Amino acid sequence: MGEQLGVKEYRLALRENKLSGLKCKTCGFVTAPPRLACRQCGATDSEVVVLSGKGKIVTFTTVFIPPENHRGQGPYLVVVVELEEGPWIMGNIQGADPEKSTLDLIGKAVYMNNDLIPNDRKPPEDIAPMFVLSG
Amino acid sequence: MRKVAVVGVGQTVFSGAQSRTNTELFSEAAMDALNMANLKNRDVQALLVGNVLADYEEGQQIAQTFIAENLGLSNVPANIYDGACASSSVTIIDAFIWITSGLYDVVLVGGMEKAASMGTHLATQTYAMYADRFYDYPTGITFPGIFAMLANLYAKKYNMPIEKLKEQMALVSVKAHKFGALNPKAHLQRELTVEKVFRSPVVCQPLNVYDCCPFSDGAAVVVMTSEEIARKLTDKPVFITGVGQASSGGFTCQQAYLPRLIAREVSVSKAYKMAGVKPQDIDVCELHDSFSIAEMLALESLGLFEYGTGGAASARGETQLGGKVVVNPSGGLKSKGHPVGATGAAQVYEIFKQLRGESGATQVEGAKIGLTDAMGACGNINCNIIMERG
Repeated sequence: MGEQLGVKEYRLALRENKLSGLKCKTCGFVTAPPRLACRQCGATDSEVVVLSGKGKIVTFTTVFIPPENHRGQGPYLVVVVELEEGPWIMGNIQGADPEKSTLDLIGKAVYMNNDLIPNDRKPPEDIAPMFVLSG
Repeated sequence: MRKVAVVGVGQTVFSGAQSRTNTELFSEAAMDALNMANLKNRDVQALLVGNVLADYEEGQQIAQTFIAENLGLSNVPANIYDGACASSSVTIIDAFIWITSGLYDVVLVGGMEKAASMGTHLATQTYAMYADRFYDYPTGITFPGIFAMLANLYAKKYNMPIEKLKEQMALVSVKAHKFGALNPKAHLQRELTVEKVFRSPVVCQPLNVYDCCPFSDGAAVVVMTSEEIARKLTDKPVFITGVGQASSGGFTCQQAYLPRLIAREVSVSKAYKMAGVKPQDIDVCELHDSFSIAEMLALESLGLFEYGTGGAASARGETQLGGKVVVNPSGGLKSKGHPVGATGAAQVYEIFKQLRGESGATQVEGAKIGLTDAMGACGNINCNIIMERG
């Protein structure tokens, strides 16, 4: 069995603004967030790699009715980003107006900057990647 | 494999918050099903229950054992299944396997939920737990949010301005409510217009409230038996001729296929193959319309219409009475309601009645072959059941 990357390690790295993944030694696909098996071929022999945090938005929504963990925050954007290494990951975004989100967001280049997450939105465990529009 | 039949069905009214317990709701539907089947509680050999959130709804764990005792079932095996929105379809497929194996002859199976009784905030919170808890949930994504992201992806993929997609989605909801208004058991029994859909509050861009199914309370239960017993009980058995089931991970795991939900395609192809039928053979279909966009995606992945055309086909009336295939004559999850654990069994309830010619104002003329399609979460659990007149 190759290297492992657990939930805890992955999320600790996010707190330090680092994004990691697992690169499959059989097919080369990068799986992030981490899984035991390669998302593409199912092999269980991977190595931990550091990802750039850069990618492009593939879809999004603005949430107007929040769950408890986001109550009182007002409408906010959730995005799915295709990282330049291949995997899709879910996160939030700053610098885009949630109430004016349109399909034009799809395809826009972004990069991860978790230092922008306010401390009260960075609880000890739960952390979601925060993206920013490039350029 | 010996043949398996549905011989009786029952369903409570689906509604907003009401005071009866999950056990009471299931029991009411169960007695209706047993009475229709001319069976007694003591004839039941196993109880399979679909339910997701009885613990949050009323603090009850292992509800299936309390239901068995309430109904006077004598120490039979009793299971509970969490398949999210497909829970009671999972139970029905399991019952099919229990009976076709020869180990059981009479199984009581269905589901219930008190989703409305939780109130909007707790319901939204618990439904958000269907997403990956560690990687997706922290973003604040909600269950409607997942489908909203599918909708935006769909619009982009098929080069549809968002206004056009919203119009197609609204027309799907209008159709659902047109049927639901004729269903005395439906949660929402009023017709809609496209304008009313657009004027309803935004839940998650681009979905408005009327693009979304309601939180509902209710139960639906069916009795399944071997063919031999079915033929003694009724001269109108309905046989389950094909089943299929598949699972997947959450949203991002399916990146290679989205907006197609690949597990549904795996599941339904198994059902079609087992039954020896093709999509064009289906006369009536009860499919998973948790959101208007969900119906459009289902129409396509079930092979009923080409990819990218589900909304247009629906807008042309091809899924209404007299159309190519009648979809959700019960009103669907959208209008009939969605007590999560009950929904799969409620779909079988509708197809059973349709195939026996007992559907009144919403009867599909000459319906011979029906299909149910239930999907838990974002394609995480997919169940398809094909039924035919005996």
